[in-house]
Amino acid sequence: MFSRAYRAAITLPPLLWVALFLLVPYVLLLCYSFWSVSPSQVIVHSWTLDNYRELFRMNVYLQTLFRSMWIAARVMIVSLLLGYPLAYYLSFHAGARKDLFYQLVIIPLWVSYLVRAYAWKTILGSDGVLNTLLQYVHLTKHPLEFLLYSPFAVVLTLTHIYTPFAVLPIYAALEHIPRNLVEASHDLGASPLQTFWKVIFPLSIPGVLAGATFAFVLSLGDFLAPLLLGGPSGIMISNIVVSLFGAAYNWPLGAAISLCMLLLVVSLLFLSEKLEKKWSFR
Amino acid sequence: MSGFRSSSRWLSWHAFAVFGFLYLPIVTLIVYSFNGSGVGGFPPRNLTLDWYRMLFADGAIWESVVNSLIVALAAMAISLTFGIPAALALDRANFPGKALFRRLVLLPLILPGIITGLSLSMLFHDTQVKLSLLTIILGHGTALISVATTEVFAGLQKLDRGQEEASLDLGANYWQTFWRITMPNLGLSIIGAALLIFTLSMDEIAVSFFLIGRDNTLPLEIWGRLRRGITPEINAISTIIFVFSLVAIVAWYRLRVNAETREIAV
Repeated sequence: MFSRAYRAAITLPPLLWVALFLLVPYVLLLCYSFWSVSPSQVIVHSWTLDNYRELFRMNVYLQTLFRSMWIAARVMIVSLLLGYPLAYYLSFHAGARKDLFYQLVIIPLWVSYLVRAYAWKTILGSDGVLNTLLQYVHLTKHPLEFLLYSPFAVVLTLTHIYTPFAVLPIYAALEHIPRNLVEASHDLGASPLQTFWKVIFPLSIPGVLAGATFAFVLSLGDFLAPLLLGGPSGIMISNIVVSLFGAAYNWPLGAAISLCMLLLVVSLLFLSEKLEKKWSFR
Repeated sequence: MSGFRSSSRWLSWHAFAVFGFLYLPIVTLIVYSFNGSGVGGFPPRNLTLDWYRMLFADGAIWESVVNSLIVALAAMAISLTFGIPAALALDRANFPGKALFRRLVLLPLILPGIITGLSLSMLFHDTQVKLSLLTIILGHGTALISVATTEVFAGLQKLDRGQEEASLDLGANYWQTFWRITMPNLGLSIIGAALLIFTLSMDEIAVSFFLIGRDNTLPLEIWGRLRRGITPEINAISTIIFVFSLVAIVAWYRLRVNAETREIAV
């Protein structure tokens, strides 16, 4: 029903814009990762694999990448453990308060991410709210130093930030489960626990996968929480990229690391898409 | 059913605890914006409005707020200008590379912001474009096309094609049909997308980080101050923004509920 001209008019402008401001920059990133930088800090436009060699030779890059993945994995697991039961409660038990609770999950997302990370810093610091509270009620005599500037602080903060991202897709998946399936399961004599494991949980897996992907991927690339709360032991891979683009001035190496991150993220997305398809309604 | 009820009680305690976890930092932030002896220290003492007074006299912060508002509005215009047709194209046109186009448009939604930011900074560096608010606007506008496209595409799935067909059959041209039928029907999705883009842009930091020129946006101004140390002024500005966001959420919610009840009434 739509003419050629109409289709061209809706297709070409976004296509051109996206090509210019997304495709070209990503390709440029790829090119940079095969270029090098001269001692006088000029970009040398000749092709080399040195950046990738450097990446695999120097332990610090791989170690940091693995640490970032480990932090992201912990964030993902805790967000799911916190988020799934909450989404389940909202969908099956909240009754009339469902809408209100749903809004309560979303509202924290409207508070600046940076500000929430900062708020955790004021809570966890050695003269922060938590430590002074503990001393005030005489639970501890000295401030607990391990709270701030540790991977623990980063995991806690990122979990706080990404738990709503885990709740929302799980909740959406649970809402889509036809309630008569649940009733049928009860009527046929299954206990609530059996109904959960045999009917509800399998049907909610696509939502769990989406939530898990969000939590993992978004925390993997984070650089603010580690800078604010991580300390030296909480440095993540994005921090290295940022420093290579700033003080260290080695764009090609930074580009190579970014490209590895990009590949990792894209393959995770691909994987979770495949799995979601496998687990969705047949 | 006693097992069911006890699991329900357990679940409501869990929900209560998770909400506590989600709101603890926000409540702390607000409480300490009124704390005379600064951030930290329990219990809060010497209630004061001094930090707010200091904030209102602080030119640099308000300048950055104005910059952020400019960026957010301009980014909103760009993302909607290209995101709405992109959604239409994905819904109703076939062209070579469509699958790649869809993935590319949506990529900034999930890709770590620093990758999008530094790729764009390479583009601007190599084409010798000076970094300024304009480059941030281009960055936000481009990255947030993803949001506009997703929201509008979802709206299009609910759209009744028959109305557009009827309009065309009755002699309206595509342009008229677009403005009189398609757009009004997508109104709610577009407003939703606009609000979301606005908020995300106001809070964006990873992309801006690489594209910043001389003028700071609010998140970058806050970031700069945080690196120098903790100040309750940040609690105060965050509290004000939080209150504004709450008002916006309630307004948006009202708007949507009204629109839905009107639909049901019709």
